[in-house]
Amino acid sequence: MKTLVWVEHDGTAVRDATLRTVTAASLLGEVHLLVVGHGVGGVAQAAAGIAGVGVVHVADDVEYAHLLAENVAPLVVELMGRHDAFLAPATTSGKALAPRVAALLDVMQISDILSVEGEDTFTRPIYAGNAIATVRTSDVKKVLTVRGTAFEKAASDGGTGRIETVESTGDKGLSTFVGQEIAASSRPELTSARVIVAGGRALGSGERFAELIEPLADRLGAGVGASRAAVDAGYVPNDYQIGQTGKIVAPEVYVAVGISGAIQHLAGMKDSKTIIAINKDEDAPIFQVADLGLVGDLFEIVPELTRKL
Amino acid sequence: MKVLVPVKRVLDYNVKPRVKADGTGVDLANVKMSMNPFDEIAVEEAIRLKDKGVTEIVVVSIGEQKSQETLRTALAMGADRAILVLSETKVEPLGVAKILAKIVEEEQPDLVILGKQAIDDDNNQTGQMLAGLLNWGQGTFASKVEIADDSVHVTREVDGGAETDTLKLPAIITTDLRLNEPRYASLPNIMKAKSKPMATKAPADFGVDVTPRLTTLKVVEPAKRSAGIKVADVDELVGKLKTMGVAK
Repeated sequence: MKTLVWVEHDGTAVRDATLRTVTAASLLGEVHLLVVGHGVGGVAQAAAGIAGVGVVHVADDVEYAHLLAENVAPLVVELMGRHDAFLAPATTSGKALAPRVAALLDVMQISDILSVEGEDTFTRPIYAGNAIATVRTSDVKKVLTVRGTAFEKAASDGGTGRIETVESTGDKGLSTFVGQEIAASSRPELTSARVIVAGGRALGSGERFAELIEPLADRLGAGVGASRAAVDAGYVPNDYQIGQTGKIVAPEVYVAVGISGAIQHLAGMKDSKTIIAINKDEDAPIFQVADLGLVGDLFEIVPELTRKL
Repeated sequence: MKVLVPVKRVLDYNVKPRVKADGTGVDLANVKMSMNPFDEIAVEEAIRLKDKGVTEIVVVSIGEQKSQETLRTALAMGADRAILVLSETKVEPLGVAKILAKIVEEEQPDLVILGKQAIDDDNNQTGQMLAGLLNWGQGTFASKVEIADDSVHVTREVDGGAETDTLKLPAIITTDLRLNEPRYASLPNIMKAKSKPMATKAPADFGVDVTPRLTTLKVVEPAKRSAGIKVADVDELVGKLKTMGVAK
């Protein structure tokens, strides 16, 4: 089977989620890549270096500058004439693009796959990760999005991919990019962090969140996340949100501070290797999944913990 | 300006799903069902746009007879009329998108607002598929929607933060949780909703083949985490972190 993996990048580097998607694709067959964007020569070079990659299709044009799904999907559809499966990481951009491609190919997408059981059979989470479904598709062409935390990263070097230029399918004129606000952070990116410290509504305010959670995260070299309650209360920006509708993470150590552990939050972090919970409510559901729990007032515990580390 | 809002009846978000012992799915017998939370946000957004040029809101649901309760809820919130597409078998997002595309052809809305995902199948596909089938612009994961003359500005929640795009109308929007706070339907509005029009159709009326492409082979519970331990104080926690190699 010939697979086409959509390379998610920030204009200069290939994102980790792509490397994980390559691993999923390699379980199906030959791995080809698609690099779309404007001024993406460097990304294409980096993509060609990913271990095990065959052809790297590169579409470099101004109408792809902001990776609008309306412009990218027709390009993918054209390339799918020569491929059997299209795989994208289940990131916000992958989720925006892949179903549009699937509809244009008249196939049912399988979202957020956790494993490849055979060339037409996959597992995926449903009901906020409270159930795992094994599904088989009868579609000849496959469109899949891949849950990054379920697959190892492919090696980013050692590959000898062959770069081929793809002609642009043009600006469809349906949408235009206006602007973006990207939260700047020097901390590890959440979906690839080894350690994550996450705060909940019990922190009480954005100031307290910054005062307590960030120094602890710095001590541990950790990424900072939050529950939906903390995001909705405005303590931190929405891209900190971990959960069914936010980011899915699976770090080695997850420290949940003042997070009760609602279904929606657990869906985003319960595959972490070790879960540590700090909460004053000893009946909080988070303690049912925590490997290590400490019951007490986070306003006392967290500063003491930070000091003693 | 007309807005179409598709809504789905799902297991209530507060209910812990139970996997059936025979592995065929999640047990939905005698459990509380509600409107998908993202769809409530979609209905609310359509109602709020009524001050800004929206004249009619049509809600549609595809599913079993009981989906009409979900439609009544949307009517009680402020939608004007409803379409129930009756199907006793489950329709996949691709099938839903195809039916919706036909309804769009008939109804000619300027905007379709959908939830970004249903909390049961967690697919996050239908809006994008509909946009693809109609060849319309798509504003997925919207946290802010502003209608201009012949376009709509959509602020979208993306992995790094937020992105704003302008879509040419007609267009598709899918809602994120932060778009708005849905209203509760008042009792008088619930009573009034009972007399609002609801048309019943079948997938066959639209000439759409909704035969499933996917077969669910089995549904199982995820691996259980083994019970952990409680530590007595910070010193013990620090000790454990050191053993794990997380702290120096």
